[in-house]
Amino acid sequence: MSTDSSSAYWRATLTLLTKILIVWFLVSFGAGILFADLLNNFHLGGYPLGFWFAQQGSIYVFIILIFYYAKKMNDIDRQFDVHED
Amino acid sequence: MDLQTTIYIGVGLSFALYIGIAIWARAGTTSEFYAAGGSVHPVTNGMATAADWMSAASFISMAGLISNMGYGGGLFLMGWTGGYVLLAMLLAPYLRKFGKFTVPSFIGDRFYSKSASTIAVICLLTASITYIIGQMTGVGVAFSRFLGVSSEVGIYVGMGIVFLYAVFGGMKGITYTQVAQYVVLILAYTVPAVFISLQLTGNPVPQLGLGSSLVGQDMSLLAKLDLIVTDLGFGKYTTTTAGSTLNMFVYTLSLMIGTAGLPHVIMRFFTVPSVKDARSSAGWALVFIAILYTTAPAVAAMAKTNLIRTITPGVVMSNTDPYAAESAIKFDERPDWMKRWEKTGLLKFTDKNGDGRIQYYNDKTKNPEVLKKAEAAGWKGNELDVNADIIVLANPEIALLPNWVIALVAAGGLAAALSTAAGLLMAISSAVSHDLIKGVFMPSISEKGELMAGKIAMAVAIVISGWLGLNPPGFAAGTVALAFGIAASTLFPAIMMGIFSKKMNKEGAMAGMLAGLAVTLFYVFAHKGIFFIKGTDFLPMIGGANSFFGITPEAFGAIGAMVNFIVAFAVDKVTKEPPERIQAMVEAVRIPRGSKAVDGAH
Repeated sequence: MSTDSSSAYWRATLTLLTKILIVWFLVSFGAGILFADLLNNFHLGGYPLGFWFAQQGSIYVFIILIFYYAKKMNDIDRQFDVHED
Repeated sequence: MDLQTTIYIGVGLSFALYIGIAIWARAGTTSEFYAAGGSVHPVTNGMATAADWMSAASFISMAGLISNMGYGGGLFLMGWTGGYVLLAMLLAPYLRKFGKFTVPSFIGDRFYSKSASTIAVICLLTASITYIIGQMTGVGVAFSRFLGVSSEVGIYVGMGIVFLYAVFGGMKGITYTQVAQYVVLILAYTVPAVFISLQLTGNPVPQLGLGSSLVGQDMSLLAKLDLIVTDLGFGKYTTTTAGSTLNMFVYTLSLMIGTAGLPHVIMRFFTVPSVKDARSSAGWALVFIAILYTTAPAVAAMAKTNLIRTITPGVVMSNTDPYAAESAIKFDERPDWMKRWEKTGLLKFTDKNGDGRIQYYNDKTKNPEVLKKAEAAGWKGNELDVNADIIVLANPEIALLPNWVIALVAAGGLAAALSTAAGLLMAISSAVSHDLIKGVFMPSISEKGELMAGKIAMAVAIVISGWLGLNPPGFAAGTVALAFGIAASTLFPAIMMGIFSKKMNKEGAMAGMLAGLAVTLFYVFAHKGIFFIKGTDFLPMIGGANSFFGITPEAFGAIGAMVNFIVAFAVDKVTKEPPERIQAMVEAVRIPRGSKAVDGAH
């Protein structure tokens, strides 16, 4: 693998990580903590929305994030031809 | 069949299953002993990781804590699950590619230094041993409460069982018993929750039940609960935060980083066949964990509702005034489950105003209206003390569920404690036999010799942790904070910089780990005493409790991690960069191609 393609691969990886970490931060620290009071003005069924993010929603989003990461990384691996055989 | 016999049969059957698996999955090579031969399916590993991760604390204590804390308890839920996102993206796949048995061997190789690996071993041992004490005490408590034997006998039996499958089976035996233990513990947690949700809301799914209305009412369960608890002088259930917003923020972050840095969790990812599998396996682990973690808040709120409903039936199911004379039940007419738990001392009633009825409210509230109403009703203080730990264990009894459900909960609590204890023992023994004995003292030891050393290290660790469980040093509760603090402030930053900063050198990494460890220990010891010895705390010196921006010692790991990163990069700037071969090694770790089965080569 050439130096160019190796650094492009690493850049693609870091871009993906950054995107996922932003969502990770927004659902837990954002919706679950910093903006919880604000979101509590809205309701999801019987749940105040901020409370829901802190005790339910963030966990569901975390699961989606990991599987999304696993899938996207496999795509990136193939694109740069560094996947396992 | 009476309750006691049913419990004996339930717990006996689950133990027979674990021992059967241990005999089937004996480890013959170091690769099987340390990494289950590197052939565990990612879904299987996910399930084993979930059991490994969810300890007696998750199973027994967490819902009770949330029940008391309300919204603020969400920090445990977000912290202990959000860490898996970090683990899946920042550590697990790269450590799997690196392909060695232990976390200290990565740190030792990446930072080309035996001293770095030894520092990592020390951090690993401190974190794992403090963590295991709580598991052993949990095993003792669960045995003594459910089987009617003393806590000591309980710990001996627990030690014997773990010895059988961990020492002979190694990682291979542990993996497959953890899968069985996951099944037992998740059934034990969700079955009662389903029944309770159905009783209260008519919805069998607890996660949806928590967002539903109470049976026969047009008000949601949470709104009703908010109303009742504020009326009784407690904080509003859905908004009461844990300390300040800043503390909740930092606490959550500390638990996330700590989770990602705990070695007994990380090393589970050495058992899957490929880098690709390590990524998806973390997702599966979180799926299996989430089944319990999204049920826990429902268990918490519903247990609180059920408790108040038991004492003052009309207040929850219709709209009776809790301060009316006939609202609370008479103590003599209390249900049987309360009598059973009174014997353990975890539930206590003191009739302060001598009216023969149970008054449950927050007598320390500053709300003058509540105090006035309580005085007018002739209340002389809160009369019911409920230990948070009984919330989950007593749940099936509170909801009047059949005996087999209670037996299942007993087996589940033991499964949670034993599976985590086994995972921790594995981390301890591999660090001792592989990183210390083979890595530092006897590099020429044969594979057979190393396997034997691993088994002896494990046996010794079982005896030590059992002894500590029998003679808890009086700091068991504070130690979990320390375990997370150390994992967050030392191991996580060191591993992360090892992968993401090609130029990070050994001086930087070692200085960072030591600085992170020192500042975390300093803050924790200031609150809880030097090495937890009573009377050696030095709070005045740092300006009182939680003096660092109101942050509690349990939440300090994230600050320790920040110190670690800053010191590491500062030292790295003024020392010379790592050799070419190390930089090439980092390049190789970053790409999946060329991954091989994990091995022990140095």
